Amino acid sequence: MKADRSSVAQQASAPLEVVSLVSLGQHPVSGRLRRAEQDARALELCLALERQSAPGAVSLSAWHASGSEIALGSEQDQALRGYLGMGLESLTLVTPNAPGAAPLKAVDQPVVDVWPLLVTRLKQAAPQLVVCGGQGETGEGSGLLPHLLAESLGWPLVEGIVAIESCDGAHLTALQALPRGQRRRLRVKLPALVSVDSAAPAARQSAFAQARRGELSTLASGELVHDAQAETFGVAPARKRPKRLKRIKATSARDRFKAAAAKAEGGGGKRLEGVSAEEGAAEILKLLREEGVLR
Amino acid sequence: MTIPVDPQATERESLPRRDPRLEQQARNRLHPQHLIALQALGRGAAAPQERWMGPKGVTRRDPHVGHFIAANGRKRIDRSGRSGPAAAGAGQPAVVAKARVLPLVEIASPAFLIAVVPDMTGGRLSSHDRDVLGLARQIADADPAHQGAVLAITFGTLREDGDAADSVGLGAAGADRWLHFADTLHDGYAPLAQLAELEAIDGKLAPRLWLLPESRTGGGERGRRLGARLLCRGDALARPSGNAYQLDGELAAIGRGELVEVSVTGRSGNGQQDLTRPLTRIVLCEAECAEPVEDVRHAALPLEWEAASTARAVPDVIEDLGPVAVDPSAIALGEAEFILSAGNGIRDWDGFHRAASLLGATEGASRVAVDDGFMPRARQVGATGTWVTARVYVAVGISGAIQHLQGIQRCDKVVAINTDGGCDMVKRADLSVIGDAGAILASLCQQLEAERSAVSDASAAGQAPAAPSTSSSASSATLAADAA
Repeated sequence: MKADRSSVAQQASAPLEVVSLVSLGQHPVSGRLRRAEQDARALELCLALERQSAPGAVSLSAWHASGSEIALGSEQDQALRGYLGMGLESLTLVTPNAPGAAPLKAVDQPVVDVWPLLVTRLKQAAPQLVVCGGQGETGEGSGLLPHLLAESLGWPLVEGIVAIESCDGAHLTALQALPRGQRRRLRVKLPALVSVDSAAPAARQSAFAQARRGELSTLASGELVHDAQAETFGVAPARKRPKRLKRIKATSARDRFKAAAAKAEGGGGKRLEGVSAEEGAAEILKLLREEGVLR
Repeated sequence: MTIPVDPQATERESLPRRDPRLEQQARNRLHPQHLIALQALGRGAAAPQERWMGPKGVTRRDPHVGHFIAANGRKRIDRSGRSGPAAAGAGQPAVVAKARVLPLVEIASPAFLIAVVPDMTGGRLSSHDRDVLGLARQIADADPAHQGAVLAITFGTLREDGDAADSVGLGAAGADRWLHFADTLHDGYAPLAQLAELEAIDGKLAPRLWLLPESRTGGGERGRRLGARLLCRGDALARPSGNAYQLDGELAAIGRGELVEVSVTGRSGNGQQDLTRPLTRIVLCEAECAEPVEDVRHAALPLEWEAASTARAVPDVIEDLGPVAVDPSAIALGEAEFILSAGNGIRDWDGFHRAASLLGATEGASRVAVDDGFMPRARQVGATGTWVTARVYVAVGISGAIQHLQGIQRCDKVVAINTDGGCDMVKRADLSVIGDAGAILASLCQQLEAERSAVSDASAAGQAPAAPSTSSSASSATLAADAA
């Protein structure tokens, strides 16, 4: 981290603008609104970047795009304050330009899509780095938002980032999570979008007092798009998916009996008894090499 | 005095005479005179006779002799008469073990195409890929009068371990056409180049539907990138249906291009809700969305294709700097690929830890080893610990309690090192070495170190082999898709 300090500490005059996009989450069991798991991890990544760079080298802001106004003390307000409790002074609510009228009330709101709003805002603010969670927890949760932003802004998007190693104003070096706990190093040209999934380090706890102190400021920009397609969606509580049954394709009575009465198979393996330790070890090494797990 | 010669006596002598007592002794295997009787009847050392004439002139047959072992493993008597008593190998069970050749399905001129981009993790088809190909197959075969074809698109280096005609098993999984981009660029992270190729395919071949596995290993990302690209080009039908697990409605309508007739259901809202929507052109399918293809194989004809020029022109905004060495002990036990696990049979714990670090394996332990305080609780494998998914699991000194065996159910290869050859772990293992665990681990370390020092000497001498570079290749076949 000490080594990174120098690479991140760039020209002190123009700090690196980092935006963290946050959304409303939903607890998987109780269904209550909360900070979204992946978005909180994204914010944690930004906070780590801010901490590892020189003071003032990174200017971090968190945005939440909302089609409707959020009343103080409402459930949405409480959930968004979860992010403030992670150590933010303020959170920006990106709301639509409503010509001459207040933003839509939450009651009779049509289904809207907020990504055009964010595109407009991002074009205006022109940050170098945007970090967000990979998939939302409320609404459709399609995971399409970062891709749509990247497409319409023409920025590169990398998914599944677990750590930002260095960021020098023109390029970003980051670690990407692969399956089986492996990591890959990527170098991305800025400005860029980075999305985070559940492989990233867990987010810190939200401090209640900090969450109360923090400020939700509203910023109007852009227009909402009415999402007519999404209005046709049918939403139902998740049905439990049936387990796949083991299909028995025996052609004879004997095979059917064997399949029904079979115990866990045994004795299929190779067995080395009465060999020296060297021979046994050599055989094990041979198998490990065939499977390709030795590096 | 002359003995009156019966004129018919000689004739009577030449008649075959049977000795019923001898025959009875020959039939009775428990009779003390059995072998002598067999000798006397002339079938002593020879194979037992399969059929003979019974005392009442009826052909008798020994069911223990004239059988063969059928393909299902059961004893069968051939009554067709093709193998008489003189047939070669009669009496010896001939085990018929012939690989079943699946019937080949060829679709010459498909009415439409269903495109599938399998993940090919590690160059092989995963079970998730097979499920998605199975779903594509169902859609393509929904209307026999309007037969569609499944196009599989693969990237990067593939493992070839099938037969020559179907080297990666795509045909057996249900693909009729195959487009492969073999550029080594795709072995790393090249999402933009792949997106350019997929977009070009969408433009030229116009598949009715794109099916991708909803996975973290590439499928979900590819589908969303393609969806966002096509959406921004103004194709509202390209909005991906994520986490899809069920298609309802008449599947034949997809072939006719009436996607609205079919609805797709998928999870949303943090897995708490089911979202049902009209089918869109890109579907990201969950695992077990359909049954994989069985009993037939398809042709998987390689398509002739020129790599999109746009793919070459993709600016290198995302640069892959290669994999990073990861500390194996930092990998979560549940997703580790290679686990060295210790049990009650370990005496030399330092040797065990040294072996794990040399092999680059994640450490695991049985409950006993954890209870005795040799390993932390987080390293416990089994029903009460972690259910592991390792590809290779080496159990050292673990006898294999049922709870432990449950925990390693999903492991591919299990190696057991144990002093007790009769324990359950040895029965489960693919390779078991019966012997002292400490000595075997020490020998393992010694052999590895010797090898590595030899390799480092060789590389110091500058004999590092250069990696051959492969380029994009596509062999010839014609696509006769007259899709609208």
